Amino acid sequence: MNGNTQSPAEFGGPPEAADEKWLLRLYVAGHTHNCVAALENLDSFCQEHLAGRYEIEVVDLLKNPRLAKDDQIVAIPTLVRKLPEPLRRIIGTLSDTERMLVGLELKSRS
Amino acid sequence: MTTQAAARQPLEKSPTGIAGLDEITGGGLPKGRPTLVCGAAGCGKTLFGITFLVNGAVTYGEPGVFIAFDETAEDLAKNVLSLGFDLDRLAEQNKMVVDYVRVERCEIEEVGEYNLDGLFIRLGQAIDSIGAKRLVLDTLETLFSGLTNPDILRAELRRLFHWLKDRGITAVITAERGKDALTRHGIEEYVSDCVIALDHRVTDQLAIRTLRVVKYRGSAHGTNDYPFLITDVGFEVQAITSVGLDHAVSSERIPTGIGRLDTMLGGGGYYRGSSILVSGTTGAGKSTVAAIFADAACRRGEKVAYFAFEESKNQIVRNMKSIDIDLEPHVASGLLVFHAARPTSQGLETHLAAIHRAVRDHNPQVVILDPITNFIAVGSLAQVHSMVIRMVDFLKSHQITSVFTSLTYGSGNLENTDVGLSSLIDTWLLLKAIEVDGERNRVLYLLKSRGMAHSNQVREFLITSSGLDLVDVYIGSEGVLTGSARLAQEARDRADQIVIESETLRTQRSIGRKRQSLEAQIAVLQATLDEEADILQQASSEANGRLVVLAKSRNEMATKRKADLISITGE
Repeated sequence: MNGNTQSPAEFGGPPEAADEKWLLRLYVAGHTHNCVAALENLDSFCQEHLAGRYEIEVVDLLKNPRLAKDDQIVAIPTLVRKLPEPLRRIIGTLSDTERMLVGLELKSRS
Repeated sequence: MTTQAAARQPLEKSPTGIAGLDEITGGGLPKGRPTLVCGAAGCGKTLFGITFLVNGAVTYGEPGVFIAFDETAEDLAKNVLSLGFDLDRLAEQNKMVVDYVRVERCEIEEVGEYNLDGLFIRLGQAIDSIGAKRLVLDTLETLFSGLTNPDILRAELRRLFHWLKDRGITAVITAERGKDALTRHGIEEYVSDCVIALDHRVTDQLAIRTLRVVKYRGSAHGTNDYPFLITDVGFEVQAITSVGLDHAVSSERIPTGIGRLDTMLGGGGYYRGSSILVSGTTGAGKSTVAAIFADAACRRGEKVAYFAFEESKNQIVRNMKSIDIDLEPHVASGLLVFHAARPTSQGLETHLAAIHRAVRDHNPQVVILDPITNFIAVGSLAQVHSMVIRMVDFLKSHQITSVFTSLTYGSGNLENTDVGLSSLIDTWLLLKAIEVDGERNRVLYLLKSRGMAHSNQVREFLITSSGLDLVDVYIGSEGVLTGSARLAQEARDRADQIVIESETLRTQRSIGRKRQSLEAQIAVLQATLDEEADILQQASSEANGRLVVLAKSRNEMATKRKADLISITGE
């Protein structure tokens, strides 16, 4: 997807094709309230908006602390959209569906 | 018991290894606690942190972690390499970890609650990997621009500092200075143990760096604004007040290169390690006096560093050659090193750093700064004064004899130096041009010279094509005369002397003659006197004879009459 240039008409609209594969990675640290909430919210969000074309990876940094450095994680929980590119990050419990749509570029900022 | 003992123990400190700072703080930063270092951009906060860590790792056996929020580990390593800090090597030796934490606001969307566990995990990971005792967070406040929820951030920072304290990590947290507060986001609220403010003031387009210990809980500390330098060996704080007056003192004398000046100084020259001020008006010969001293030192095989702030090296060499002083061989042999720079080319601190570096590299016995007055263009009077104090102290502590030249302006009191140096200086020569009868002549006064008997007399100071000479000025009924006036007066004196001599001769002759005639008269009188004495003698013996005859005849008569005889005297 590198070198992709967006024309002004495409920019701001939902750019992703409907059959595109989504790879989402959620970084957590143990089973804190925030982390559990984030995972639940993410599950329901994906079922609603990305049904059939998503994959969720959960990384527990307490078990793999080195990954915090490799993926530049500061806040917990952090959701990273690995695919489609470009990489996007959303931090927090992912509780607001509207803002999730904007953050994952499924909907343009209004 | 143990708690009591602990309470009585003074605050443990973690030395920074930064020259000067450990003196001000009485040993370093509070051990096992966070210290806030704040200041505007470009103040040297990052360098402060790096120096703290590198010194810890190299000198004090305390490995350290550097968490960079502003630049990547590669950039950081590259930037500090010029200061001789090899972060990569320290990392290989497991003495240091540099971790770049990237927080880009445009990449991050915040949806709901979160905390900074990710950062904590990274810190913990980095600290544990090398058993770190020191940590630098540079600049933590970047988080505030990357994340939008200040309430979460504040709570998390509070938690972070507690966490660091619990782990016994001596931490340095850097922060940007705010408009009204110490830091832009009020981090000082959380870091209450030690706060250090760095400043980078620009006055008249020239920069001066200062450091101040704002707060140090549980410890006495210096409270002034201390100037600091960023030199090729890192961070260096100039703790003026901590410079003790305890330099080693030498009583060795070193010749000035001007024979009669040595005589004026009680016969040996300057003391080794003393500071000499040569002040005077334009063209009075200040540089010449300094250069002659440099030449003399080089001839003795000593090393000289000459800081020229007005002329280039070539110009000085050429000018000195015109009075038969050849500096070129000394330059060629490496004994004499010139450092020529315009004072305005750098800030005072940078100049000071350059001088420090040159002294370290060249290790001279003599340093010449010609002239220091020009620094007025760079800093305020107080700043120049403090710089010169530091310079004098620095040079003295290295037993370096230093010559400062100082330009005094025609107006005003010549005995005031513009940078108020006089009290710092051991020997002070004042050169002055006296203008009489349409010519300017140079005179030299020795205003003071500590610890030696010295001449209080003015000397005329001649710069000729064969060097420099001091001659006595004419001091007579006409006052002090120099130059042609002195020569004229000397000629007059000679003429007067000839007149007096011939007069004396004449008087001597006439007195001789008078004496002869008197002696003749004395002879005549003596002869008369002798004659009179003869006559007197004769008369008296005749009288005596007559008395005897008279007595004899009386006795004869008495014999005839049977009367008493009288004794006859004179027989």
